[in-house]
Amino acid sequence: MSKLYSGAEIVFKCLEDQDVKYIFGYPGGAVLPIYDELKNHSTIKHILVRHEQGAGHAAEGYARSSGKPGVVLVTSGPGATNVVTALTDAYMDSVPLVCISGQVPTHLIGTDAFQECDTTGITRPCTKHNWLVKDIKDLSKILHEAFIVATTGRPGPVLVDIPKDIQFAKTSYSKPKKEKQLKRKIHNKFSQNEIDELINLISKAKKPVIYTGGGVINSGPKASEALREFVRLIGFPITSTLQGLGAFPGDDNQFIGMLGMHGTYEANNAMHDCDLLINIGARFDDRITGKIDEFSPKSKKVHIDIDPSSINKIIKVDLAIVGDVNEVLRAAIKKINKKQNGFKISNKQNTSKWWEQIQKWQLKDSLGFINSEKTIKPQHAVQRLYELTKKQDTFITTEVGQHQMWAAQHYKFNKPNRWMTSGGLGTMGYGLPAAVGVQIAHPDKLVIDIAGEASVLMTMQEMSTAVQYNLPIKIFVLNNQYMGMVRQWQELLHEKNYSESYSEALPDFVKLAEAYGCKGIKADNPNELDNKIKEMINHNGPVIFDCQVDPNENCFPMIPSGKPHNQMILGPNDKEENKITGKGKALV
Amino acid sequence: MANPKSAYSIPTKKGKLDTHILVVWVDNEAGVLARVVGLFSGRGYNIESLAVAEVDATRNISRITIVTTGTPQVIDQIKLQLKKLVPVHKVADFKREDKKVIFKEMALLKVVGNKKKIEKTLKACKSFNPVILDKTKKSVVIQITALRREIDKMSKKLKSHGLTSTSRTGAIAMTRGAEVFK
Repeated sequence: MSKLYSGAEIVFKCLEDQDVKYIFGYPGGAVLPIYDELKNHSTIKHILVRHEQGAGHAAEGYARSSGKPGVVLVTSGPGATNVVTALTDAYMDSVPLVCISGQVPTHLIGTDAFQECDTTGITRPCTKHNWLVKDIKDLSKILHEAFIVATTGRPGPVLVDIPKDIQFAKTSYSKPKKEKQLKRKIHNKFSQNEIDELINLISKAKKPVIYTGGGVINSGPKASEALREFVRLIGFPITSTLQGLGAFPGDDNQFIGMLGMHGTYEANNAMHDCDLLINIGARFDDRITGKIDEFSPKSKKVHIDIDPSSINKIIKVDLAIVGDVNEVLRAAIKKINKKQNGFKISNKQNTSKWWEQIQKWQLKDSLGFINSEKTIKPQHAVQRLYELTKKQDTFITTEVGQHQMWAAQHYKFNKPNRWMTSGGLGTMGYGLPAAVGVQIAHPDKLVIDIAGEASVLMTMQEMSTAVQYNLPIKIFVLNNQYMGMVRQWQELLHEKNYSESYSEALPDFVKLAEAYGCKGIKADNPNELDNKIKEMINHNGPVIFDCQVDPNENCFPMIPSGKPHNQMILGPNDKEENKITGKGKALV
Repeated sequence: MANPKSAYSIPTKKGKLDTHILVVWVDNEAGVLARVVGLFSGRGYNIESLAVAEVDATRNISRITIVTTGTPQVIDQIKLQLKKLVPVHKVADFKREDKKVIFKEMALLKVVGNKKKIEKTLKACKSFNPVILDKTKKSVVIQITALRREIDKMSKKLKSHGLTSTSRTGAIAMTRGAEVFK
């Protein structure tokens, strides 16, 4: 007879066997046996957050920046409901999370017991799968399966709900099985014919564009390497979604900027006018496509994705390759290299006119803005932050809104896993706890949350977590006193009726920082900006940086609602009265 | 007319709707039906009828038969989304017009009335394999098996014969011939 372990011990044995180093959590009545067991497992460090949503986002930041699943531990009832936002966020952005929640003892389930809720019922639509453990004998098998489900195929969050009596009950422990039982859920069976067809389309294309997404990041750093090799080999222009930034170097000549609602003029026009569209690990999200009927009307469309349900969900494609991005691209590279050397040269000739057209679009300088010497322009602040941090390996998280788009437009990412943002769900308050998780995974790296003052106040309590664990995260708040993106939409669509989008009584962020025991810096003059940013970077500890920016600045360019890619609104630079040509534009 | 002020795109015209019968083999475990049904409600798909029961006690497999309507694109999405669920083993999809597939529904009909009315009822049910499950001087409970629209017609027709209560199952389906869906 093998040794008997309690449910709580089994939880930790599973986490150890899954090579978990950190769990983000918050204790409570229904998980006390697990917390009691924590002291016996020195390889696993628990990070105490201040709110369960923070635990979820921190685990997301950890997972996105490290490629490993994030682990969350919360109690029953409010503990579980508080983590729902983070689970939904992870579900939308395909982030692998394993959430363990306590539950009231089995015999009390269904009696409206104290801190009871139907956790598996509530989280069913926002997880890949969830389990309520009713029998201690199932616990180790379920936990191992949970890690497999979270990390394979298209990654995502899972939840295991463990009643308190199960945490006390005893049984023997079983190690994870090598033979994966969930093989039928993993789709990576593309054929050589499909690769041949892809190469055929590539060789015929005159106006091609590659559009990459978060799937490249999720496929691992090797996929980004494969992408770079593939794109350089075929010489096509490449654009990226919000989630895909960093897979291809942002300062490379072949990169034509982000696409979509706030993407560049050249990227969106290339999408509209192209004759071949190669989607690699993206999902034709509505922020990307604009008006579906007029989306890239003249192109042959190829879609490479690991999730079969992403294919033809929104946009019908001509060639679908279901598989892992890295493996598909490797197969394509191999095939291209086998071909005659003439392939590369003829490709260059085929697309030379197309590149000329793209260069014409680039002359619009759609990310340009009119700078000021009196007030800090938010775009300028992001540009300065980029210039002053680009020499070191920097990790950026964001909240949601205008600042997020400015960060995506003006901060150039050269490596994958350096950019953590809430794209699908658009969760304000994501960035600060995510930065906590990123800093945990990369203790010696510079981690900056480019934030808005409205978003960051939603999860500000996690500064306390950062201070407790000496996490030197930098919260760079672009403070315009508005919910900027809400205000922008109200300005453009609701006749400037700024209904409830102005925050009347903002805290003094410097004093707030001091109250948390960290450093506060305030900047409101463009001349002092650089020095203050340097001061922030050089401070060895968490910082809240209150960057007071022009409150009326809007985020351009943009595709207005219901419009196709080639009908973008450009910024004030493009209006006749403001027309200033040449490179001086951004410097005025 | 959609609100032009929306931050989202305006809905485009809808394609033609087809009726499909989906057969889903799932692990018979707690909450599996909720997962399947929740997928339909959460993504705005229709369920016209639903039939579910365990079919293999040793392998612990249940068979769910769902009748749904949607454009070809939506039907494809339903199938792919169903296949992603962890407890789902396989999904079969049949068009309602498919001659290679047998569809059946069962109904229990209670008719209350005099002898004459009951006789008329039995006569009307003749072509739908009627089985008399219970009979008194004043009432009869009949079981019939037929297609959905036939049962619809019957229950309308029997109203005047004293039909007081109807209980129906969802459709179940099986392919004709020796072939088995893999």
